Amino acid sequence: MTRNNVKTNFLDGLAERPLGEMLLGCRELLEDDTYPTIKRWREAGGKVVGHFQVYFPEEIAHAAGVLPVKIHGFPGERREADSHFGSYLCSILRSSLELALSKRIELDMFVSHPICDAARNLAAIWSRNFNYPCHILYLPQNANSAHAAEYLRAEYARIGREIESIGGRPITDQALRESLAVFNENRKLLRELYEIKRETPWLVSVDEAYVLTAVGCLVPREEHNHLLARAIELLRGRDAKKQDKLRVVFEGGFCEQPPLDLLGLLGRACYVVDDDLLIGLRWILKDVPASGDPLFNLAQAYLESSSYSPVQHDLRKPKEKMLLERIREARGEAAIVMAAKMCEPGLDEQVAYSKALDEAQIPYIVGEFEETMNTFDTLETQLETFVENIMFD
Amino acid sequence: MTTETAGSEILGRGARDGARLFREWYLDLSKAPERGEKTAYVFVMGSLAEFLRSFGFNVSFPEINALQTAVRKVEMDFLNPAEEYGYSPDICAYVRVGVGIQLRNEDHPMGRVPKPDLGIATNACNTYIKWAEIWERFYNTPVFTLDVPGRRAVDRLPDPGDSDFESDRRYVEAQLRELIPLCEKITGTKFDIDRLRETLGETNRMNAAWRRVLELNASTPAVYNAVGEGTIYLGVVNALRGDVKGTRYFEELAEELSYKAANGIGGIEQEKHRLIFVGVPCYPIFRRFNEMFTGHGGVFVGSTYLWFASGGFQAQYMYDLKNPIESLAEGLLLQVGRGMSDMFFVHTPILEMVKRLHADGVVFHPIKSCRTVSSGLADGRRLINELSGISSLYIESDLVDRRVVSEAQMKNRVDAFFEALDARKLRGEAAHKAA
Repeated sequence: MTRNNVKTNFLDGLAERPLGEMLLGCRELLEDDTYPTIKRWREAGGKVVGHFQVYFPEEIAHAAGVLPVKIHGFPGERREADSHFGSYLCSILRSSLELALSKRIELDMFVSHPICDAARNLAAIWSRNFNYPCHILYLPQNANSAHAAEYLRAEYARIGREIESIGGRPITDQALRESLAVFNENRKLLRELYEIKRETPWLVSVDEAYVLTAVGCLVPREEHNHLLARAIELLRGRDAKKQDKLRVVFEGGFCEQPPLDLLGLLGRACYVVDDDLLIGLRWILKDVPASGDPLFNLAQAYLESSSYSPVQHDLRKPKEKMLLERIREARGEAAIVMAAKMCEPGLDEQVAYSKALDEAQIPYIVGEFEETMNTFDTLETQLETFVENIMFD
Repeated sequence: MTTETAGSEILGRGARDGARLFREWYLDLSKAPERGEKTAYVFVMGSLAEFLRSFGFNVSFPEINALQTAVRKVEMDFLNPAEEYGYSPDICAYVRVGVGIQLRNEDHPMGRVPKPDLGIATNACNTYIKWAEIWERFYNTPVFTLDVPGRRAVDRLPDPGDSDFESDRRYVEAQLRELIPLCEKITGTKFDIDRLRETLGETNRMNAAWRRVLELNASTPAVYNAVGEGTIYLGVVNALRGDVKGTRYFEELAEELSYKAANGIGGIEQEKHRLIFVGVPCYPIFRRFNEMFTGHGGVFVGSTYLWFASGGFQAQYMYDLKNPIESLAEGLLLQVGRGMSDMFFVHTPILEMVKRLHADGVVFHPIKSCRTVSSGLADGRRLINELSGISSLYIESDLVDRRVVSEAQMKNRVDAFFEALDARKLRGEAAHKAA
């Protein structure tokens, strides 16, 4: 049971199945555009807050007994949303609205963040089309101000009040501490999963790790924790042999997600030893302390113990240096620097990444993707040539 | 002096003096390094010009530098090198021109742009922050991000005194206080609160005159075209904010426009349709774009560009000179924060503008380069049409990159829009007669 007494059995015993079935089940759940877990949560009387990429303090919703659902688009057909947008916009923006307009996902509240010029319009667009509360969470964009954590604490408190108002329970410090424990456990398990990718990449491919991670966007985090713990156990015992594959780092999945088949292609061609896919779920790098003021601790962790992405400016974290560090820590031999089509922050950053990789003499390829892509011939050829050039150099 | 004499002296003064002041400002700016003065790169939404001027900074606006290349038809000379350097044609063309200027040693058709000694990026546009990161890398320039939180929801607009507003105000004020030592270090000039009072005082006077200019276009006929002359005024608002020359200009402009209103002198020859412009001008064909509308008797009586590209200057906010830093923080929230948010929650301010300026059509001009302004316009238009039934036109192009401007197609759509507007007007007149 979770805090709002909704029974948590949304994965239908997936965690208890053999590894192959578990991975397939996760993939099927991700590709099911009826979003059955969210439907069942609502049918059981639960409330849902949908939050757009990249980072959202899900602990706050969890402490109120509300299910936080990461809205990150979908690759299916769009019938309604396109007429609400002009040209020159990324796919995730449109497909996320399509999810709501088509009622594939029904929400009780929507939150977006000013991560980019396009996405910062989302809450206003949604508020013109839905009657439930639609909010902008203003994460601090001056991460270097000494006042940023105090400001963010107040912003978290405000969003907490809004979540309470949709029928969530009062968010007490004790409830927040319990939620922090659940999410600290989740992040620890995700770190372990990524450690397997980094240290023994032949045990888990990038697409397999992705489906295990992404399922967490759709179910109560306690269940995700259970699934991850079991998956990690099975992966560590997996009978797989090390192959002579290039170790690469994938960059460009912080917001719009590449199609699973594209990730599968990457996984077959090389070992993806680290990436920024769904980085919001792994944004906080260390356990958030439960003692003292838990809300302040959560705010502090966003600023002080966090990863990087093209949509956060922090003088302490120049993105190109962070990428080089990610490659170094993962002992990567090359980088795949992608950007979603029409994604300005991603495309901006590609230039800085390329220059830094040139300087560090790390081989890389640059490309673009879209969540709706379904043919990968050009990319496959490009990737094969890239890998062969390095392997047989 | 007769009224006629007075009229002949002041009519056209705004456009003439505006263009002159702007040229002089550019020339002055390009000579800043020779004078040993420091230059800050800033953006139109939250330039902090008053604050920076109090330290003796010159302010350079990369957005204005970029649009000037399009107006002068040389933007490709800057876009090409930036794209060759690696910047995608799908990112903001202003940024690409900015990179082109950097790669060409700050050479610009209006004079050499000084290198930045400081960069200030507000969050009013996320691309500002990404652009400033380019200066950090290219020039090793110190960059300060000024975060001004905006409206959180359609039904949430806290006023000064409300706890949510005060939380934001403390955050903005703290950032301003953190900026002081950085400015002192770069300029070697100690912060002088009285100097800040002076520049803010100039802005207060300029704001009063600017608001008068905006209000005067409610006259019939409208006294200026908001996308034509209005854009000249906007240049002066930004370039000379906090400067006595800018204050004087707007006081004289208000005088000229009052004269025009009193004497029924319109901004275009024959006003038939009063329009609201939503978006950013099409600078590569700036004159012809306006002529597509004025040729049909359409005059832009109002423009969202005049509110957000002036840093939310339309807000009726006067700085409290007794508490300049606290008041500047408050003003940034009420002007920049709300000006920015009005672009997202766009339907309410547009409907208000339609009513106040007696408009009979709305022209939405989303552009490829600016997702901040453009992403919500199609959806906003749907609601505006539903709520008001006002005629509207939706045309897409760009602010700088002429490769994205389909002029013939645009003209066809504009012509069809006016046919519909004319027909609607005739039907309205017929119905009025019948009644």
